[in-house]
Amino acid sequence: MARLTTTLLMATALVATAACSKKRPDVLPPAPGGAPEAPPATGATDPNAGITPGSAADFKRSAQSDTVLFGLDMYDIDGTARGILDSQSAWLTRYPNVRITVEGHADERGTREYNLALGDRRANAAKNYLVARGIAPGRITTISYGKERPVALGSDEESWAQNRRAVTVVVQ
Amino acid sequence: MRLRLCGSTPFRRASSCAVGGWPAGGRLSFASFTPSSRTWSGIHGAANSSTAAPAGRWIPDQVRDDGRGAGRRRGTVIGRLAPTALLAAAALLATPAAAQLVPPAGTPAAPAPAQQPGGPAGQTPPPLEVDVTGGISAPMPIAIPPMPTQSVVQTPAGPTDRLGRQLSEIVANDLRNSGLFNPVAAAATRAIAFPEVTAPAYDYWGGSGAQALVQGYIRANGDGTLTVGCYLYDVSARTELTRQGFVVPPSDWRRAAHKCADMVYTRLTGEGAYFDSRVVYVSETGPKANRIKRLAIMDQDGANSRFLTAGSSIVLTPRFAPNQQSIVYMSYVGRTPAIYVYELGSGRQRLVVQNVATTFAPRFSPDGRYILFSMAQAGNTDLYRVSAAGGTPQRLTNSPGIDTGGSYSPDGSRIVFESDRSGGQQIYVMNADGSNQQRISFGGGRYATPVWSPRGDLIAFTKIQGAFRIGIMSPSGSGEKLLTNSWQDEGPSWSPNGRVLMFFRQGRGNAGKADLWSVDLTGVNERRVPTPLDGSDPAWGPLRP
Repeated sequence: MARLTTTLLMATALVATAACSKKRPDVLPPAPGGAPEAPPATGATDPNAGITPGSAADFKRSAQSDTVLFGLDMYDIDGTARGILDSQSAWLTRYPNVRITVEGHADERGTREYNLALGDRRANAAKNYLVARGIAPGRITTISYGKERPVALGSDEESWAQNRRAVTVVVQ
Repeated sequence: MRLRLCGSTPFRRASSCAVGGWPAGGRLSFASFTPSSRTWSGIHGAANSSTAAPAGRWIPDQVRDDGRGAGRRRGTVIGRLAPTALLAAAALLATPAAAQLVPPAGTPAAPAPAQQPGGPAGQTPPPLEVDVTGGISAPMPIAIPPMPTQSVVQTPAGPTDRLGRQLSEIVANDLRNSGLFNPVAAAATRAIAFPEVTAPAYDYWGGSGAQALVQGYIRANGDGTLTVGCYLYDVSARTELTRQGFVVPPSDWRRAAHKCADMVYTRLTGEGAYFDSRVVYVSETGPKANRIKRLAIMDQDGANSRFLTAGSSIVLTPRFAPNQQSIVYMSYVGRTPAIYVYELGSGRQRLVVQNVATTFAPRFSPDGRYILFSMAQAGNTDLYRVSAAGGTPQRLTNSPGIDTGGSYSPDGSRIVFESDRSGGQQIYVMNADGSNQQRISFGGGRYATPVWSPRGDLIAFTKIQGAFRIGIMSPSGSGEKLLTNSWQDEGPSWSPNGRVLMFFRQGRGNAGKADLWSVDLTGVNERRVPTPLDGSDPAWGPLRP
């Protein structure tokens, strides 16, 4: 969720910058090569050095990935996903006071309402795995975005595979 | 004269191919004028007195001179009122939001009342029919000349002469969009004089190829309202078929045209009206990864679109309350996806179910007492209902799969919904209390977003088989027919008369945007519905009172 906020803020900032730069290009340099789906900016605000242990940036750096992927209309946690979630649970075990939100997403090939339910399934599948690895369920909330927030924008197998995901976000 | 809707749907009884189309029960009855009604002035005294009053500030003196006693004739207008208008008036009193639209009788303040004698020309007029077999093969040619005004008056909606032209364009547009009419090109019509409204030049219009003729007039009233008269004529039989008049505030002037088009449509097709209705939808803009979604409301033809929410939170799946005074929808406001009710009058929003997990896919019951919705808890989604005022939800389904997308039958006794309990999404029907759940879809692929027709005879859905397509089937699952064939068509919503579906069409790839489209039951008449931005999740409201 923090990630979404950041993305939204960045998008807003980009729009604002773009708008301004049309009028006053000399004053405001163009935004640094930001694609609309720019990755979470937590790292950018706090470059390399000085990452706070237990922070979102630390999580991003320490866990194998913040994202696990799913098959079409599936929500089972496969081997790859297990490895990722294991690394997440190891980090979460180190920082027992950190709370997380797991965001569930679907690709565009399902209907809107069904995908909300499917995203909820995926978020809960990831949550249940983390709980099974010893993370207290009270530390984990879930939210489904259905197909409303894709990360890959194409209408092809590769994009769809990236969008069928559950993303773990550290609540700051 | 009646348009034949033969074969417009596979489920109609064969007998409906006879003149007349739908069974009588399906017809609305506001299409005829019958003189008399004394109570009218009691109910709408204000409107009447202003109409009957001597020329007010909007009406120049010239009107009275020009019109051979216009004031007196205005008086007679008020005497000619339809009982149906009284019903409408009663409805208006119940729903203040629409209290502006007052259909009085509408003899124009012009020549002799249009009693077309059943004399020479009208003795045995051959019944005029347009055979519409398997679709819309022969739309009826119809002429709709600009509606004259007796005197040009500036109104908040514009000068009355311009309004008269626009009114006829709106009527023509509605009728053309139905696919059942072919309005004679504007170039082939001519302006008519005010007295001609009730005395059509049948010979001229016969020459234009038109079989039906819609004429009307517009008048600015002393109290600031507008009166629009609407007359339908059978050109070859040289008879008047029906007429209606409407008094509207200038802000509602387009509604008068929609009501006029509805009058023509119902009279000639036997179908229910649908042009005077609104649509709530999700207005979309921005990049695909971060679409800004706002609740929006517009007229059925895309006019008067306006936003209801600001776009700071994702909003999805709005639906009208049956009384059209509120909208139920889903919002991510506060980062908690949940269903809310938006009051159209006040703009207030309230959370429907407190302190629960994700709630979505809300719909009102036909009586407005309940909200049917889906709730996802720990990865399992089931259907619930809750009092529209809030309270404790009652669980309706209890399967380990995803049960969502519910829709009530028009009588409220049953619910159609989708479930993937058998593997993929399929359509099921159950009683409104959740009992007797039965699967009705068995074709290949998946079936989603079922919606019960307001007429009860059909269920529309999204079929997923690679592409998304809009289809219909009977409530027993028989007679499946797909109506569209594009890459991704989703989320059908029925017109108030159950003959047209609005849905959204998603484009492919990075630049793929969603737009609103409509298609009728024949699948032939497919067209885009204009919106200021992109659009999705259209929900067609009931006919306006």
